[in-house]
Amino acid sequence: MTHDLHSVERSGEHLEGPIENAIELKEVMGLSQGQIVRKRFLHHKGAIGGVLVLIAVVLLAFSSVGFRILGVDVPGWWRWNVTDLPQIVDDGDPSSAFGVIPWGIHPFGQDDVGHDVFALVMKGTQTSIMVMVVVGLVAMVIGIVVGAVSGYYRGWADQALMRLTDLFLTFPVIVVGAVLGKKFNHAAPWMLAAVLGAILWMTLARLVRGEFLALREREFVDAARISGAGPTRIIFKHILPNAMGVIIVQTTLLMSSAVLLETALSFLGFGINPPQVSLGWLVSNYQSAFSSRPWLFWWPGLVIVILALCINFIGDGLRDAFDPRQKKVPSAKAMAKADTKAAATSTSLFQRISGRGGAKRGSSR
Amino acid sequence: MSDRPILEVTDLSVEFFVDGEWIAAAEGVNYTVGRGEVLAIVGESGSGKTQTSMSLLGLLPSNGRATGSAKLDGKELIGLTGAPMRRVRGKEIAVIFQEPMTALNPVYTIGFQIVETLRSHFDLTPKAAKARAIELLTMVEIPDPERRFDSFPHQLSGGQRQRAMIAQALACEPKLLVADEPTTALDVTVQAEILKLMRDLRSRIDCGIILITHDMGVVADMADRMIVMKDGKVVERGDTVEVFEHPQDAYTQRLLAAVPYFGNPRTDFEMPSVDYSAAPVVQATDLVLKYPRRGKQPEFTAVEGISFHISPGEVLGLVGESGSGKTTVGRSLVGLQPVASGSLLVGGIEMRGAHARKLRPLREKVGFVFQDPGSSLNPRLPIGESIGEPMYLHRKLRGKALSDRVEELLDSVQLARSFRNRYPHELSGGQRQRVGIARALALEPELLVADEPTSALDVSVQERVLALFHELQQSRGFACLFISHDLGVVEQLTQRIAVMHKGRIVEIGPRDEVAHDPKDDYTKRLVSAVPVPNPTEQRLRREERDRLIEQSRLAAGHRP
Repeated sequence: MTHDLHSVERSGEHLEGPIENAIELKEVMGLSQGQIVRKRFLHHKGAIGGVLVLIAVVLLAFSSVGFRILGVDVPGWWRWNVTDLPQIVDDGDPSSAFGVIPWGIHPFGQDDVGHDVFALVMKGTQTSIMVMVVVGLVAMVIGIVVGAVSGYYRGWADQALMRLTDLFLTFPVIVVGAVLGKKFNHAAPWMLAAVLGAILWMTLARLVRGEFLALREREFVDAARISGAGPTRIIFKHILPNAMGVIIVQTTLLMSSAVLLETALSFLGFGINPPQVSLGWLVSNYQSAFSSRPWLFWWPGLVIVILALCINFIGDGLRDAFDPRQKKVPSAKAMAKADTKAAATSTSLFQRISGRGGAKRGSSR
Repeated sequence: MSDRPILEVTDLSVEFFVDGEWIAAAEGVNYTVGRGEVLAIVGESGSGKTQTSMSLLGLLPSNGRATGSAKLDGKELIGLTGAPMRRVRGKEIAVIFQEPMTALNPVYTIGFQIVETLRSHFDLTPKAAKARAIELLTMVEIPDPERRFDSFPHQLSGGQRQRAMIAQALACEPKLLVADEPTTALDVTVQAEILKLMRDLRSRIDCGIILITHDMGVVADMADRMIVMKDGKVVERGDTVEVFEHPQDAYTQRLLAAVPYFGNPRTDFEMPSVDYSAAPVVQATDLVLKYPRRGKQPEFTAVEGISFHISPGEVLGLVGESGSGKTTVGRSLVGLQPVASGSLLVGGIEMRGAHARKLRPLREKVGFVFQDPGSSLNPRLPIGESIGEPMYLHRKLRGKALSDRVEELLDSVQLARSFRNRYPHELSGGQRQRVGIARALALEPELLVADEPTSALDVSVQERVLALFHELQQSRGFACLFISHDLGVVEQLTQRIAVMHKGRIVEIGPRDEVAHDPKDDYTKRLVSAVPVPNPTEQRLRREERDRLIEQSRLAAGHRP
């Protein structure tokens, strides 16, 4: 260990002399690429807000009414179930505490036959989240494979795959979704989600292809080739990790549009139908009650908006975090604070810096 | 020179806000620039030379700030914002940037861009502005200025683009011209022409010039006075001839010693003699390399039938300007570029029509050092893994054996072993290039192809990397093809030099012969264009070059 420390100093100071990109290095010292991205992401207020709200929604939806996994029913803590038909209380109006906070026996109200809307909305949210995840995964896998193969190999493989992509792009998603949705109408919701994923991968494939086309010309890929690495190793070890930023960002945006698409399909009656519950179906089912019982309509709508917003915020934060050119402009307040701090320590800033680490100084570019 | 300076900079500091504190990039800089005077600001990257000059124009990044005072003809520049600052930019202070291709807008013609500058500062009719623009283009010696007025930047050569940019900068007859590495992106012969133009203009337009550069040859060629910056501070100032002949500061002395001095055998490494009777490592005969047709772009022949050989333990320098095909030759030696016709034997393997399987044994025999160490290392892999990759794939080394070998290699390129777990972005340019060399040497190759290994580095870093390179070459005895555009560097550490021009080798021979007694016309011009870091000698070389060009022009004129 002592040897290591000694030699760091040796190579850092005497052999190398001052380090020319010292200011940029100061920000990234001791961090891997992934850690830098994580640090930037954690500093993005919108994205962190999105993550927290999304986690809260997921926990609430799955714990409240319970779910079924691998044939085992996990019960929830909420007093009603989707199929329960309790007596209509207070004309189905939502119960609340202090007149504003939804609370009590039917916080989201009841429909005209007595179903608890909270239970229905939670069940619908589960479906939407599941659809979102499955669509994201399916589209991501297809998109990466198609994009990577056509971007790396180019030539006829690229031609064939890109024409296929063009073909898929010409399909109006909502119509295809409606036709296929009708076919998988009574199958499990994940089947519909997988089908949607299979017709939503095109933008991702094109982006991945573009990234691969750019990255395969980079010198480190040549270096790997000279080292004797084969195509599989180059694709997975060298290129894909560098393209991950684009992929993750695009996938999150795709997921939020998947939520909306599923809602739209179900609203039109082509997506998920009873006995399954989905938010779109709830909206469509209760649209006639808009004037008499607006809560039946509001709550599912609100959850859809929250889900889509959260995912978009997260995607936004990820994009900023992965973009190395994105420099956060410091606020005037932070700058002023640094000034007073520097004044307080009463040593010249420059001395402090040069004394501490050797060569952390300016850069001309 | 007038009595009163145009620009007076006093106590100028530039700071950047990084990670919650202010870091100084430049501190307490003082200098003055007089009318018709060229002041060179010299320093390596990170010395703050560009930032101090950009702060004059209020062009610091959003996390930067400048304090102190800079007076242009008595007007304070620091703290100026908005419209008053815009009136200064372009009109009173103009900038020539390093890379004309990125500094000119590619979707507008150069004429439009010059007219835009003119009309935003003066009340001119479009017609008058156009006339003035053509006048400017004539002044910077662009051939056929009326036609070039309607050319887009990509239709011009690099030198012409830089001329167009100078024309734009001079459009409003600025009092001060800031030239930020104006010739760094250009070939030596073009650089010599641009410097000549700037020297001519200086006497005609009567403005002060701040020349920011790291190239001591350019300073020796152009500047009247110079200041040397290090770590944001001015360490030396004075008359150019004075500083070059009697540098006072230790840093200036080191910097001057580190500059490759073309034509001065004092800076060359001792190169052992080579046994030319041994079977050569590389044997190229009538080698032709082509880039295949792609879409609408026709097939392009980059290298047209060259022959050369490299003996074991020999360093062959390959010099040429951009587009001469030298990098393509280097890439063909490692199988990155297919051989179109002719023959290329590398380590006994015929490269023509070679397939991946046939190339496998070659990978162990040839190493490659890339030009840009920043992009040749995978940013997602710790450098230990990058260095270890060839051994992982070829020697099937795993675990302890692999990491021992990686540490050994790090030792040999004088990097600390703990660097193994660092990522490329955490390293400085010089350190990254050491990693690149370590990776190239991982399999103990017979041949190393080094493609401009030091052109992205600062002079003092370059000196150390070259010394390390020389030491490794001596101790390991590999043969090497050293590709560079810098004759000074090639001269330092090769036995023979080959000069490429437009896809052909125009001259090949022992280094002293090529460098000091060139036979070919192109080589002569190339050699004469290299600026040397000595103002007195450089003036003689400049006159010699002007005579040479005049001669060839006369010769061409006599021929029908």
